[in-house]
Amino acid sequence: MLRAKLWVTPAHRPLLALMAACVAAVLPACGQQQSAGEPLVIYSSRNEQLIKPLLDQYASETDQAIELVTGKEGPLLQRMRAEGDQSPADLLLTVDAGNLWKAADDGLLRPLDDATLEQRIPPHLRDPQGRWFGLSVRARTIAYSTERVQTDALSTYAALGEPQWDGRLCLRTSKKVYNQSLVAMMIAAKGEDIAQATVESWVANLATEPFANDTAVLKAIAAGQCDVGIVNSYYFGRLQREADELPVALFWPNQAEGLGEARGVHVNVSGAGITKAADQFDAALALLRWLASAEAQAGFAGDNLEYPANPAVEPVPQVQAWGDFVPSLINVSTAGRLQADAVKLMERAGYR
Amino acid sequence: MCMALASVLLGWLNLDAESAGYVWGTALPRVLPTTLILAVVVPALAGVLGVAAAWLVAVHEFPGRRLLEALLIVPLAIPAYLLATVYIGWLDYAGPIQTLLRAWFGQGAALPPIRSTGGAAITLALALYPYVYLLARGAFATQGQRALEVGQSLGMSRWQGFWRVGLPLARPWIAGGLLLVMMETLADFGAVAAFNVDTLTVSIYQAWFALFSLPTALSLASVLVLVAAVVAAAERRTRRQRGYTAAGQQARRVHLHGAGAWGATVALGTLATVAALAPITQLLVWAAQHASDFDTRYWAFASHSLSLSAMAVGLLLAGALALAGLQNRAGRAGHLLARIAQSGYAVPGAVLAVALFTPLAGLSNAFNAATPADWAPILLHTSLATVLLAYATRFMTVASQPIEAGQLRITPALRDAARSLGLQGSRLWATVHLPLLRPAILGAALLVFIDVMKELPMTLMTRPYGWDTLAVRVFEMTAEGEWERAAVPGIGIVLLGLLPVAWLMRSSDPSGATDAA
Repeated sequence: MLRAKLWVTPAHRPLLALMAACVAAVLPACGQQQSAGEPLVIYSSRNEQLIKPLLDQYASETDQAIELVTGKEGPLLQRMRAEGDQSPADLLLTVDAGNLWKAADDGLLRPLDDATLEQRIPPHLRDPQGRWFGLSVRARTIAYSTERVQTDALSTYAALGEPQWDGRLCLRTSKKVYNQSLVAMMIAAKGEDIAQATVESWVANLATEPFANDTAVLKAIAAGQCDVGIVNSYYFGRLQREADELPVALFWPNQAEGLGEARGVHVNVSGAGITKAADQFDAALALLRWLASAEAQAGFAGDNLEYPANPAVEPVPQVQAWGDFVPSLINVSTAGRLQADAVKLMERAGYR
Repeated sequence: MCMALASVLLGWLNLDAESAGYVWGTALPRVLPTTLILAVVVPALAGVLGVAAAWLVAVHEFPGRRLLEALLIVPLAIPAYLLATVYIGWLDYAGPIQTLLRAWFGQGAALPPIRSTGGAAITLALALYPYVYLLARGAFATQGQRALEVGQSLGMSRWQGFWRVGLPLARPWIAGGLLLVMMETLADFGAVAAFNVDTLTVSIYQAWFALFSLPTALSLASVLVLVAAVVAAAERRTRRQRGYTAAGQQARRVHLHGAGAWGATVALGTLATVAALAPITQLLVWAAQHASDFDTRYWAFASHSLSLSAMAVGLLLAGALALAGLQNRAGRAGHLLARIAQSGYAVPGAVLAVALFTPLAGLSNAFNAATPADWAPILLHTSLATVLLAYATRFMTVASQPIEAGQLRITPALRDAARSLGLQGSRLWATVHLPLLRPAILGAALLVFIDVMKELPMTLMTRPYGWDTLAVRVFEMTAEGEWERAAVPGIGIVLLGLLPVAWLMRSSDPSGATDAA
């Protein structure tokens, strides 16, 4: 009974061989270094498949080696903070003005005074101190059922809190930064009290618990669970591509003159800035200028059905078909500055 | 691990009063009840499913048993957030099932809302029950039939035998499985976020990403560590002073007949379908719709996933065995060390990652500053070693639970007999303990392999440049809400996760029971 079984039985060999093969396969890769020139290192939280084709194009046209390191915004910023002035990152590319504001606020980005960039990107879409520049614009707007809603019933974001929408409104979760930015901008335009009253009136009108994503909001409107909702326009565009006869359309709110600060569709950006730690400043600046140029802008925004930040460039035809709108002209960095206040306000208002 | 814990605790020193006051005062009281409900209900549901399934397949014989025995492990390979996406897609108002119900029975026809605490609890239980199932199956297989025979000799029915002999003797295994389920539930973010159910993890990320206060996030994470440690300690206390050793040869399976046999087949078949077959089919359909995403880079993603999992298995098994050996000899200090090493599992991966990453980056910086400028800078915090270290911090308990429980089956008599034959120290360990622990070690290897395959936040943050895995690919897709496109890498994770399941089932019929004709 004490005779111990042979530890490695024949049945184990394939697995051991597999494990050994894996280890052998990866070891040589550990010591490898990129050879052709020192690469420009980009930390990016923008979707890899959206940004990589453009960077590949730039790399092949200019012979500039590029290393793209992707990650989630929060951890990426923490990584840059921890790496300090030795961070390999030359360029930070991220979605949402809140994250860009935070990176700048933490002193991770370098102020630029660059006429080319300032000419290509309008003032409200970049940091006043030139630490980051918006590269694509994401419009957060109202989606409605074409079967159950007349457009003359729609006017502003705040009006979705009117009694006529009782039990007819769908929203995405307040944990999503897009909604935090929207509410932050409402605070900026109207002050905390009015913003909170608006959010409370939305919550009272909800047809169902908030959804985890914008696509679910659009599908709920199409299915008849609710009649209006607030979404980023490119999610609508994506769904439009999949289904020909979507009984949902976009409405551009807050267009009337006389709304003052509150006038305009809420926009957010994806954007980029050169890091303080950049040791390839010139190469980073060249790439940043190129990303803001007419050549790159169509692809940068169009691949995700967003709006180009450079006003000289038209959006793609599918996006143009949704019509023109007046955007909010409050600087997008305001959304970052007021984000924490917006989060607390939504918690108070019971918006989950 | 100590370093990571220290970083987590350091969060307390840097708290900014405003964010912390808000989170602890306003958000926490709201999310804590939900968190506790999930932490109790999910293990309870997973426990019932896992133990019942394990008891049926380990002790009985019925049509399709061998196939079902393997299929029931499969949900382990499906990341919980993907399972959540699939269920919400099916069962929400706009999904096919409710749409059909409305078409048949009119506008009023509706199911209970899937996006609710209940929906999240059921989904998590279906995703996590295999932890209990796998461990309990091992326990019943090494003891169950005997237990029944003993019970019968004392005049108990089969049912009484289960309750009064089988279940108590399998307790350390079941408790170990439940502990894993509970910690996994506490650390889950992806699945609860899909349901928009707010738990402590959601508040942690809220504090970090929305309020930009990492120290507040870390202070919240320390609550999770504390809860996990208390529960683990309590469980351990109650199992002291009891014997769980196995004796003698395996007994025969109980053959079920007629309605009982088919009942078992149908019940387990339903579980396997709902938790594994149907979701995998849905993922395959989605993946097929986005098949153009699949390119040659996927071979590299898959090979990175495989390599990291395989290396983590090697590292964690070595660590878990060392801890087990340590506990055998070193008494209190060894136990304490083992508890510390195992407490990482309840901490959300991203939090654990920064807790590890920040001091390592500091170390790299200090080293680089101290060495001549023309030396190539080292990046300690994004190296293969750091990825593996991160896995070791988080998954040590996954490797340890099965092995610790397995050790309990070794009788002191056996050890004494070996000693009397002159075996001592490490040789005693290698020739007696190790072979007897084989099934436990295989189980631990399987759990670690699959858990690492599914892991995202730590891999994302600490991987060296170019080391993209399938899980990282899932992140790239879901970052912009393209959940259905994420099925392409998602199905890759499931298929690779199935490899060791298939292999385990083939190479070791864990019961070793003789099939009586």
